[in-house]
Amino acid sequence: MTQPPPPALEARGVNKWFGANHANRDVSLAVPKGTIHGVIGENGAGKSTIMSIVYGYLPADSGEILVDGRPVSVKSPRDALAVGIGMVHQHFMLVDPFTVIENVLLGAEGGVTLAAGRDRARKELIHLAREYGLEVDLDRPVGELPVGAQQRVEILKALYRGADILILDEPTGVLTPQETDHLFRILRALREQGKTIIIITHKLREIMELTDNVTVMHRGEVVANVRTAGTSREQLAELMVGRKVLLRVEKTPANPGPVVLSVEGLRVCDRSGVERVKGVGFTVRAGEIVGIAGVSGNGQSELLEALAGMRPIAAGTVRLRGEDLAGRPGLFNARALRRLHVGHVPEDRQRVGLVTSFEAQECAILGYHDEAVYNGRVLMDRAAILSRCESEMEAYDVRPRDPTLRAANFSGGNQQKIVLAREMERNPDLLLVGQPTRGVDIGAIEFIHKRLVALRDQGKAILLVSVELDEILSLSDRILVMFDGHLVGEVTPEQADERRLGLMMAGAA
Amino acid sequence: MMKRILTALAVSLAASATPVLAAEEFVPAVVFDQGGKFDKSFNEAAYNGAERFKKETGIAYRDFEVTNASQREQALRNMARRGATVITAVGFAQTAAVDKVSREFPNTKFCLIDDKLELPNVQSVTFKEHEGSFLVGMLAALASKTGKVGFVGGMDIPLIRNFLTGYEQGVKHVKADGEVFSNMTGTTPAAWNDPTRGAELAKSQFGRGADIVFAAAGATGLGVLQAAADAGKLGIGVDSNQNWIHPGKILTSMVKRVDVTVYDCFKTAKDGSWKAGHRLVGLKDDGVGYALDENNRKLITADMEKKVEEAKQQIIAGQLQVKAYQP
Amino acid sequence: MAQGMASKGFGMPGEVPGWVNYALLPLLNLLVALILSGLVILVIGENPVDVLSLMLVEAVGYPEAIGYTLYYATSYIFTGLAVAIAFHCGLFNIGGEGQAYLGGLGAGLVGLAMTGWPWPVVAVAAILVSALFGAAWAWIPGWLQAKRGSHIVITTIMFNFIAASIMTYLLVDVLIKPGQQSPETREFDPGTWLPSMERALGWVGVTIPASPLNLSFLWALACCALFQLFLWRTRWGYEIRTVGQNERAAVYAGISPSRNIILAMLISGALAGFVGVNEILGVQHRILLNFTGGVGFVGIAVALMGRNHPVGIILAALLFGMLAQGGGQVSFEYPNVNRELVMVIQGLVILFAGALENLFKPQVESLFRRRGSRGEGRS
Repeated sequence: MTQPPPPALEARGVNKWFGANHANRDVSLAVPKGTIHGVIGENGAGKSTIMSIVYGYLPADSGEILVDGRPVSVKSPRDALAVGIGMVHQHFMLVDPFTVIENVLLGAEGGVTLAAGRDRARKELIHLAREYGLEVDLDRPVGELPVGAQQRVEILKALYRGADILILDEPTGVLTPQETDHLFRILRALREQGKTIIIITHKLREIMELTDNVTVMHRGEVVANVRTAGTSREQLAELMVGRKVLLRVEKTPANPGPVVLSVEGLRVCDRSGVERVKGVGFTVRAGEIVGIAGVSGNGQSELLEALAGMRPIAAGTVRLRGEDLAGRPGLFNARALRRLHVGHVPEDRQRVGLVTSFEAQECAILGYHDEAVYNGRVLMDRAAILSRCESEMEAYDVRPRDPTLRAANFSGGNQQKIVLAREMERNPDLLLVGQPTRGVDIGAIEFIHKRLVALRDQGKAILLVSVELDEILSLSDRILVMFDGHLVGEVTPEQADERRLGLMMAGAA
Repeated sequence: MMKRILTALAVSLAASATPVLAAEEFVPAVVFDQGGKFDKSFNEAAYNGAERFKKETGIAYRDFEVTNASQREQALRNMARRGATVITAVGFAQTAAVDKVSREFPNTKFCLIDDKLELPNVQSVTFKEHEGSFLVGMLAALASKTGKVGFVGGMDIPLIRNFLTGYEQGVKHVKADGEVFSNMTGTTPAAWNDPTRGAELAKSQFGRGADIVFAAAGATGLGVLQAAADAGKLGIGVDSNQNWIHPGKILTSMVKRVDVTVYDCFKTAKDGSWKAGHRLVGLKDDGVGYALDENNRKLITADMEKKVEEAKQQIIAGQLQVKAYQP
Repeated sequence: MAQGMASKGFGMPGEVPGWVNYALLPLLNLLVALILSGLVILVIGENPVDVLSLMLVEAVGYPEAIGYTLYYATSYIFTGLAVAIAFHCGLFNIGGEGQAYLGGLGAGLVGLAMTGWPWPVVAVAAILVSALFGAAWAWIPGWLQAKRGSHIVITTIMFNFIAASIMTYLLVDVLIKPGQQSPETREFDPGTWLPSMERALGWVGVTIPASPLNLSFLWALACCALFQLFLWRTRWGYEIRTVGQNERAAVYAGISPSRNIILAMLISGALAGFVGVNEILGVQHRILLNFTGGVGFVGIAVALMGRNHPVGIILAALLFGMLAQGGGQVSFEYPNVNRELVMVIQGLVILFAGALENLFKPQVESLFRRRGSRGEGRS
């Protein structure tokens, strides 16, 4: 037999330090040509670091990168493109007011006048689009396109610049199940044409469905390089976390009590006056978890923030334990709602739920800082704050257990635990929860889900907003689907499957 | 390094602990105000006077430019303590400081320019800017074809208003219906040093029909004179004779002989004829006046000169009253 | 919380020791500024070591010089704190100059009106009224920022000009003592003056030479302590810091950003207003034009260099006080070193210590991180 062809991309013994943090420890991986390769790992496992090194964002401290068997020196994204590596970022790098074709041309104009390059690009793009099913309207401004189409523009950009190896960072985070399917079809078509795809994700289901091989990373190291066909979700999860994890949430059927929150005809506008919540009504009872499913950006964030008193409501009634709050600004604001025992775990913990430059103990009283227990006549009671934070850290196993450490220095999962502990340990009658496990390690997800179910079992009402269908399905007792500011359906988890929910989330059912 | 510091320390300790009393040596000193000695105007006139004294007598002088309000007193005291025989304080802003420091150093002579202060060791000099401005106002009105003339002041303070009030009276004296447009450059000391703004103000006055502009604004005035020269209009200089800056394009300059005052102060202190007390100098004492030289000879007709000289004699004789600005 | 602040610095990863950020980096920046100043002095033909050491001696070498240095530092502490409190609320108040100017008007009106009252009463009244005037002057830009979104940098700098215009008008046309050229009020009755340090120490039998240093220096130090307590130990300070660090988190926590923006600006303006107590009631004893002489702007550099922390602000204010006093005196001995050159030196210090504060930060920090990673290191 002849020598097998060299891998399209190979990393050998890559090391990277961030100060004291060894982010990549002797990372080696090989991606055969014409395959789809998954890279999975928890937050901070080093998967983004190794890909940033490959794409030239970061210099490696040691080790080498080979493309088609030849060592390459990639010092910038421009170098990466020159050797055929393209990247699609989690957050798109597009100029919204520019048309698709202008975005593709940006930085690759290829001529003194735009017109010449544009005509050439148009031909090339039409060809590419036909070949891989990457249809987009080339003359529409990118800002007007749906998210899935914007992502296709990013892929087109990379291909147009001659990428043979395409790296996608968490590509499905913002997509509906249907859009995800579409993306996967495109990626498979690219593979058929001999392109090499690397996909970074934490979603095990997608790994199983799409990839040929998978590299698992844990604490900066590669812990496994396996063929996807020869592994299972459970095995991958165990490799990622380093121990056995329970992927399903164990819970008993709900035992709903009286209505705690009832909402009717609620309308909410965003800052620029655009209506984002267009008349919704629902109830949440004590002892149940009501999940709101939906693709990000369909009004659920605004709904949650309005209920938490963070933004004004335009119309409708909001009753808390039967008392109407609408039109009573004295009660319907973030400060007063906390006194009415409404907890709120916001969707974005870093930018909303915490002040990352504050110490953990300062974050532990955010929103409750003016309660009498933490205050003397003038000065705050530091001992009370410290002991509160210590006990919460203990109860939620926050690591490191240092109340004086700045919030920014905790990992995502531990930051989320600080927020959850603050909001849940005060025994709220109603808990509003947004994206409780976004960017959180699998191990911590398990913990957080257990806590939410436990709170429900204490007879508290929980309203859960999440774009993770798995989470909605496994936690909720009832599921509401939100699309374009409307609630378009209600199902029980038993009735629901991902396909049906996906169609509802896309507004097609 | 350490040794040097210690040496310097010892020296200055000595300086501060035992004030060097006026020895036989004659040491003149000048404390300039915030404009700085090269402001092309008032402070610079004082500088020129001191330089003239230095050139003629070969005696060097000490000088200091203050940068904030509390340095005035500090600078005067430092000069006195370092043995200055006679100290000239330039500008009315130093009045309070001179008042205080001159009492602490009764053996040191002080000259204060632009404000009145009567103490046994202080000579103070103020000028009748309104008289000189009256004459240049007359010349402006006589030379103007439009009957409209401009005035650009520096900072809006009583002193500058005194220039303006004299100028206005001079214009009206020639043409009762003559118009004077006046602008002050600003309300901070930056107003003395903003030629760009000065040029803009001058241009706006030209736009309203003025064809002659009087700049009483320190270095800001340079922009005014430049704008006038560029626009084919005429400017009027201030404090020093500024006719040479744009020959043939500056009608005249309202000269205020600060240089003479400083020179005289040093000179009399040197030869022993120095006297304390207040002097108010005007046309009569040649303390103020208008400049006539080869640069503007062609601009001033014989008729103009005759009228202005007549007025000057009347003012000196007291037949013509020019009112000063009353704060 | 407060100790944490001091030990770890603002939002810095924990592994770099606090003293690096608070002491080593400012000193390094200062050193570079002095080396560059030395080169400039060399170019004009003087010996840099002589000039700089004379500057040091003239700043702290003898009691009178120290008095002047501390007097300058007093005003810089006030404006540095003023800039810092606004900064903690996410605001860049560059209107300290105007607020100090108006504060001086307040202190001066008290001095003019309270003839015959004992000085302690006058001092308390002047502190209150100058705070009121300064706060009122800062309130308008604060209100405009909070309620109308007008950018505070633009409005405060415009308010500096408006303050200058108002003061010029008042001094030239209203408050001027009749019959004098200089636009100044009459001198206050000596009984109302805030005692100079020389006088105050004289009561307890300590003799020091005369200088403008007065009791407001003690008030400045008290303000530093109050600042520290207020910002890190009270719920109001907590709210201001929350708004400054993360406005969305503030909204989430039920903290009103607009209320706190206005509150922070009021405190900022009051602190700047205290400059008036020092300058007008303590030194000049009359209201005069431009007595502020740029202290509001120096306050920005002081706050930047002092890392918005009271201890740092005191140290930075002392440094700038030394520059003002020592720099001013140097030109007596070295006529070549004129005030423009002194401004160059001061400008270099501001440039390196303030504007380029992060110049050496990455290198020094990575040096310490690497060393730290071999040793303890936090995972």
